[in-house]
Amino acid sequence: MRETLRFLLGDRLVEIASCDPTLTVLDWLRLDQRLTGSKEGCAEGDCGACTVVVGRLDRGALRYEAINACIRFLPTLDGCQLLTVEHLKGADGALHPVQQALVDCHGSQCGFCTPGFVMSLFALWLNEDAPGVTRIEDALAGNLCRCTGYEPIIAAAQRMYGLGQRSQERFATDRPRIASRLAALQDDATLALGSRGSRFYAPACLAALAELMLAHPDATLVAGATDVGLWVTKGMRRLSPVIALGRIEALRDLADEGDHLRIGAMVNHVDLRKALAGLSPQLDELMRRFGGEQVRNAGTIGGNIANGSPIGDLPPALIALGARLVLARRHCEERSDEAIQGDVERAPLDRFATLAMTGETDALQRRTIPLEDFFLDYRKQDRQPGEFVEAVLVPKLPTDAFFHVSKISKRFDEDISAVCGAFFLQRDAAGRISEARLAYGGMAGIPKRAKAAEAALTGRIWDEMAVSDAISALASDFQPLTDMRASAHYRLTVAGNLLRRFLIETTQTGTATRVAGLLAEADHG
Amino acid sequence: MADARKRLDPESTIGPAGAARPHDSASKHVAGEAVYIDDIPEPAGLAHACLGLSGIAHGRLIALDLEPVRAAPGVLCLLTAKDIPGQNDISSTHRHDEPVFATETVLHHGQPLFAVVAETRDQARRAALLARAEYQEAAPLLDVAAARAAGGELVTDPLKLERGDVAAALAASPRRLKGSMAIGGQDHFYLESQIALAIPGEDEDMFVASSTQHPSEVQHMVAQVLGVGSHAVTVEIRRMGGGFGGKETQANLFACVAALAARKLRRPVKLRPDRDDDMVITGKRHDFVCDYEIGFDDDGHILAVDTVYAARCGWNADLSGPVTDRALFHMDNCYFYPAVRARSEPLRTNTVSNTAFRGFGGPQGMVGAERFIEEIAFATGLDPLEVRRRNLYGGSSSSDGPGRNVTPYHQTVEDMIGGEVIAELERRCDYKARQEAVRAFNAASPIIKRGLALTPVKFGISFTATWYNQAGALVHVYTDGTVMLNHGGTEMGQGLHVKVAQVVGQAFGIGLDQIKITATTTGKVPNTSATAASSGSDLNGMAALDACETIKARLTAFAARHWQEEPAAIAFLPGRVQIGAREITFAELVQAAYMARIQLSATGFYATPKIHWDRKAGRGHPFYYFAYGAAAAEVAIDTLTGEYKVERVDILHDCGTSLNPAIDKGQIEGGFIQGMGWLTTEELVWDEKGQLRTHAPSTYKIPVASDRPRIFNVDLLENAPNREPTIHRSKAVGEPPLMLAISVLHALSDAVASVGGHRVCPRLDAPATPERVLTAVERVRAEVGR
Repeated sequence: MRETLRFLLGDRLVEIASCDPTLTVLDWLRLDQRLTGSKEGCAEGDCGACTVVVGRLDRGALRYEAINACIRFLPTLDGCQLLTVEHLKGADGALHPVQQALVDCHGSQCGFCTPGFVMSLFALWLNEDAPGVTRIEDALAGNLCRCTGYEPIIAAAQRMYGLGQRSQERFATDRPRIASRLAALQDDATLALGSRGSRFYAPACLAALAELMLAHPDATLVAGATDVGLWVTKGMRRLSPVIALGRIEALRDLADEGDHLRIGAMVNHVDLRKALAGLSPQLDELMRRFGGEQVRNAGTIGGNIANGSPIGDLPPALIALGARLVLARRHCEERSDEAIQGDVERAPLDRFATLAMTGETDALQRRTIPLEDFFLDYRKQDRQPGEFVEAVLVPKLPTDAFFHVSKISKRFDEDISAVCGAFFLQRDAAGRISEARLAYGGMAGIPKRAKAAEAALTGRIWDEMAVSDAISALASDFQPLTDMRASAHYRLTVAGNLLRRFLIETTQTGTATRVAGLLAEADHG
Repeated sequence: MADARKRLDPESTIGPAGAARPHDSASKHVAGEAVYIDDIPEPAGLAHACLGLSGIAHGRLIALDLEPVRAAPGVLCLLTAKDIPGQNDISSTHRHDEPVFATETVLHHGQPLFAVVAETRDQARRAALLARAEYQEAAPLLDVAAARAAGGELVTDPLKLERGDVAAALAASPRRLKGSMAIGGQDHFYLESQIALAIPGEDEDMFVASSTQHPSEVQHMVAQVLGVGSHAVTVEIRRMGGGFGGKETQANLFACVAALAARKLRRPVKLRPDRDDDMVITGKRHDFVCDYEIGFDDDGHILAVDTVYAARCGWNADLSGPVTDRALFHMDNCYFYPAVRARSEPLRTNTVSNTAFRGFGGPQGMVGAERFIEEIAFATGLDPLEVRRRNLYGGSSSSDGPGRNVTPYHQTVEDMIGGEVIAELERRCDYKARQEAVRAFNAASPIIKRGLALTPVKFGISFTATWYNQAGALVHVYTDGTVMLNHGGTEMGQGLHVKVAQVVGQAFGIGLDQIKITATTTGKVPNTSATAASSGSDLNGMAALDACETIKARLTAFAARHWQEEPAAIAFLPGRVQIGAREITFAELVQAAYMARIQLSATGFYATPKIHWDRKAGRGHPFYYFAYGAAAAEVAIDTLTGEYKVERVDILHDCGTSLNPAIDKGQIEGGFIQGMGWLTTEELVWDEKGQLRTHAPSTYKIPVASDRPRIFNVDLLENAPNREPTIHRSKAVGEPPLMLAISVLHALSDAVASVGGHRVCPRLDAPATPERVLTAVERVRAEVGR
């Protein structure tokens, strides 16, 4: 076990022997380091004023991502590089092209959101050649500006590529050096920080995770912290122990296994989008609108599912696809929880490393369940003590199946669904519906299938009459709530109208049905 | 800094007014080096305060047990009403209805009951949650309907504007109709939440760094709660991270609590609420219900308007009087009403105390006016733009008929250019052809429908509290020719400081790198007005120019003496001073003047001429001039879900002769998008217990980058100097562009109307969320089907 947190702040190695497991990166920067360039605008990962860029090794390659410092726990930066707005100017004081472009285009007014925009654009600059406007908007979806109306910021995002040679710039030329410095920080030891009552673990392998989970069945598992972060900043909760999953490479595996994809629980929404886009353009569009870019970088498929939100956007889509969940835990028949607890507390430093080397998968016992069975009730899931979500198995769509997903929210980007509807239809040789899976978010306490509506469709020809009957049946499937996102009436109306949209999109291909996003752009050619 | 600016724009270091100079802090913004109050290096011994809030919306506070709070780790002291040495009142309009801390009665959910001060902010936040309050709850009045049903208590005196005999005119009208419109509120969502840092000094002195648009009022309020003279309190603000009206009066509470704590502890104290507390505690844009009856003829001419604008004002008066007044001042927009009666109804409710917000009631008034037009258009079958044109105020030429340029408040509109602006925009955006294209698209598209609308703006410039229309400045010239500029205006991102610096640079013929823009402080320029009502550069630019002119007069007189030239032969030119045939630098002149014992520092002052207002009579000339503009918006709606996209917007806006076209364009674009947010996705929701459910960006949705129209053509009206002698003939630009976004509401309405063949007025209320759009679609379909 290792008891020192290690990461790079810019070029400087930071080693911290003791810190609160839920100390946010933003508080550490502002209060401890007195680096006040990054701002707190909301402390919930929704405004982007705190945006920083984190470099991490992804299978040996250095990868830079914009994230929200306000809800990221500092110890989860272990083995990473942290870059803030203070790191961008050159040694001679010259502004970075991203910064210069914003000045040239009058991209700041009050300036408070500006460091966050700078860092989001900086990540774009690092990672991508001059992108189109849609991609720029997506990259900035997690940054709110109340002054400019965004036009000059978009202009700056285009201009910055003309202000310097990206490949010659110091952040590019530094990459090999930073990558090797980060490589030197990687090890197989579990990082363990803090003391009893304020404990943080970051295991480096599945076996160590499984061991920790058995010892601490009440531990809070942290993936991207895009939800758990708010338990701390908004709920003022003290979490202990915290087990962070970010160091376990095996959980980031994404494999094509023939008729389905096996997606590791820690695959983030950016990588997930690339994988799911291959299944359906509808999924591409859903994932494009998932949170803001910072949340898509930090958030994971496992977190989105395991957190059990009734309005998470992935579960309806995955349920409609017929996804299955792989849950894992440590084999533990012969040992009591107390014994394991004692083991972990007294664990020799190399114990988990040894486990990792002696074939960790043997140490795990797994079960696979249909995703929809995981959600038992509002915020209650079928997860046994010591169990964790390891992977999601997503079937590929049969070529003759119809699939659809729509997310309805007040604002297109970076909003939470009022209603999310995902539909899968399979027809037999006679054109009758042989299988219908209609899954909804926002309509009940959990993501849920509309069984009555499915029954109304099954055996029918896919037409207006069948859809009308399914819509009537929805009223017995759901009694949605009225809240700040939408009224019950609107939710039920839209839930039905989405079936109409599905029908039109599958049967009247010339008819425009979307006003925004990739699918609308496809409509308009 | 100076170097960075040179790099950026080498040609224009000599920056006359009128040049498109970048924001003075731009290079600092992008580097994270611009200092906001929370970034100031913390003084030794700093403690942190947190407010303890009411958990109910209305009732009596029976008991408040703070012992668990006191016992919490790190707690240094508690503050309740009993700890206030001066008055427990921060009512900005002196109505004594706004206690710092509630005592017996709780009037809204989230009202501060106490404050706790601890060693760290985290400790203070955790401790505040431990308070145990016991209440005797009463039914909360949460909206206009509930307030009216309970008797309609007003927070302040209502206003009535009246011209002509509206009853008779209505009776004589060939056609009349009645209606009602709900117009939603809006949270400011400045990215930097409220914050104050108070540092006690010797004697009773208190220094407060406050994120405020109105340092003088913060100074007076802090003095009032501390029970000391204003001379003991200094308030300073270098920059805000956004204001939008939300820091005109709402900063007072936070500054006062920080100062009270600092006084009690004799230590510096900072108070920064988190986003949720900020949104739960502070006032917002007023939501209104506008009831109207209109008389008109078959040609769409308005003959009479009778209307009541009822506002949810919240638990105290705050600025609700002037806000609801300004709503009435803009219930005409650009249109002449032959007979008119407009009344305000500022209602008390158990919600946050609504306050100033960019436009200050004007936008709500104008939204009503455009609804009247829309109603008439649908009733007569005319195109709404045609109805707009037929009802425009007449110009100064009397060809439009006598008296067609008198407002409901009896001010004659002397500078009406709304018609020209509309015509020019109509041409530039190809309105007619695009309207036909939209209709053709809709005929072929069963689900997605497009809509197009062009709406004008006429916005009155001046504080209607006439005495506010004054400003001061203090200009120091140092012996090396550099200048320190102070004025009473505050910088919240709008670019006021660079504009005023440009005025000073032009006056002396020096570059912006020779001018130091300083923090606004009550210690340098006293008795200032709020930076509000779009007045910042009008007032402070003139005051700074006045100071410059004083210094220039002294320098000119000196130079004439010293070099034996006529004063008329002395000119301050870009980069040099001409003295007869000789040219020297400004620095050389200043150095020589200093040696001759000439005073190189001066104050400046400005008071807006011409304006007067008799509120009781509802008559006067409250506005020095009007700012105009027009916008055309095209949208697409989805009739299955109510989702929509603003696809294209064209704007033509009147800034007079712009002081800085780049800054002004930023105000127009930003104001438009903010207005669009107000009228579309920004929805404030209170539950039945009076708790605000939309108190963070996760639930309150301001526009993001992809919400701006992909095609966004924004032009400043060319060759249109202000007809009044304002600073370099410019026009105020802070607020008017927000109302250009009314075009979006009407474009959405136009798209909705298409499902009923444009026979039924959609009566789309604001904010037009996807849910409201879908509801309107369903209603129009139902009415057409009947």
